[in-house]
Amino acid sequence: MQQIINTFLIGISIGSIYSLMALALVLVWRSTRVVNFGQAGQAIVSTYVAWEVVNRSGSYFLAFIFAVAIGGLLGGLIESGLMRTLFKHASEGPIAAVAPVIVTLGLLGVIRAVVGLIWTNEGKRFESPVDTAGFVIGDTTLPFSRLNLLIVVMAAIVMIIFSIVFQKTNLGLSLRAAAYNPEIARLSGIRVSQTRTIGWVFAGAAGGVAGILVTSNDTLTPNSLDTLLVFAFTAAVIGGLESLVGAVVGGLVLGIGLSFILIYLGTSLVFPTAFIVLVLVLLIRPAGIFGVKGARSA
Amino acid sequence: MLKVERLVVEHGAIRAIDGISFEVATGSLAAVIGSNGAGKTTLLRTLSGLKESKLGKVWWNGREITGMKPEDLVRRGISHVSEGKSVIPELTVKENLALGGLWRGNKSELAQSIEEVVNLFPRLGERMSQRADTLSGGERQMLAIGRAWVSKPSLLLLDEPSLGLAPLVVEQIFATVSMLCRERGITIVLVEQNAMGALSIADKGIIINLGVIVAQGDAKQLIDDPALRSAYLGY
Repeated sequence: MQQIINTFLIGISIGSIYSLMALALVLVWRSTRVVNFGQAGQAIVSTYVAWEVVNRSGSYFLAFIFAVAIGGLLGGLIESGLMRTLFKHASEGPIAAVAPVIVTLGLLGVIRAVVGLIWTNEGKRFESPVDTAGFVIGDTTLPFSRLNLLIVVMAAIVMIIFSIVFQKTNLGLSLRAAAYNPEIARLSGIRVSQTRTIGWVFAGAAGGVAGILVTSNDTLTPNSLDTLLVFAFTAAVIGGLESLVGAVVGGLVLGIGLSFILIYLGTSLVFPTAFIVLVLVLLIRPAGIFGVKGARSA
Repeated sequence: MLKVERLVVEHGAIRAIDGISFEVATGSLAAVIGSNGAGKTTLLRTLSGLKESKLGKVWWNGREITGMKPEDLVRRGISHVSEGKSVIPELTVKENLALGGLWRGNKSELAQSIEEVVNLFPRLGERMSQRADTLSGGERQMLAIGRAWVSKPSLLLLDEPSLGLAPLVVEQIFATVSMLCRERGITIVLVEQNAMGALSIADKGIIINLGVIVAQGDAKQLIDDPALRSAYLGY
């Protein structure tokens, strides 16, 4: 029984990180209808900058602020400098669906290469800001530490903030309208290009949070976040690409599920299981757990 | 006054609008009539800034608006309800309506405008929290006009609002369009294939064929012209 609880707690912690990155993917999807595979690259840059800040100032808090700011800034720059041009020139025909995928995948490769050139491919140790020893209850030490708790709390805070912004504010309505139907949004007076940039800034910031948290108490390399990207995408699909809550729930479900696979069946089955889950969700419920049913036809 | 002078619009190598000129007096309703492919929708999309013109100029209330972006034209009082129930299906009725007034950033003004739309279309009031894709075709059209109304337009561009609707609903939509012009003083350019319905509520008729104006003038006179009736109005 104790092992089941421990596995569950580890799953929540891992799942929270998947949730954060899935939130970043969903934010970009909801504001521009693009699955941003470059998100892991953006997060790796903000995490390396955070690592530099920690090394130079010794302040994890300052590093965290930098990670969020650099993540957001990078997101804004990529949208306004690259994606906006892409949308302008490849917005019609079959290429419109394929181009963003190719560009964001290419972006991930380019960013990883540049990061490797600047910081080398050698692993950098990123110390945790809080105690990594598990909580102790009676005689039992749980595998759930203050760092795990911090990750869970941060994921919840980020989700709540973005849910409020998207559902309760004019900016959120503009972001959703610009994503669903840019033409009607423009005819309603919304400045779609700027609105999309804001969506990417938000996503970049969320990715920045995910990056710094996942590498805390771990080793940082240019490829550190690749696996996270795959699991986050799976989590976003499980929850439904449209839903912020879905991203968090999808992340937690996947995290807990994979944690049980890892503990009871072994490491080698983790990745295939995630892939099978992704395929099953796409086959059975493509809109995800929180996806909405089809529309009335007339 | 809306003034269009020698407007030319191209789709690649095809000239969709070929040197069109016309005027619509402030507070009047002009019906633009023509068959499929005549250039009606292209004309409206150019007036609202969605499509760039190759040549020609457009003025609204004495100021040139040629080449301006749709989001800037909304701020100048020009609102466009595009073809095919121009609403966002994934948003609720209330959110669709609110879209029209976001640019003003005034919450009380927005709430008042939405209230006016509900008075205009009470059925929308009963469905405020429903997603737009759960509405019927007629309700969606009402919502599209409502969204435009919330942006407080002085010039309303309507593209085929009767398309695919039941005759009773079409009647209601045309009555509302006429009321918006007569009672609220909005200048309206109404693009329609339903020639008789549109001309019967319009002050002016403009008949387009293959990108050029073949006739324009008093709507009642156009209805009564037997040659035009048989050649372009289809009855």
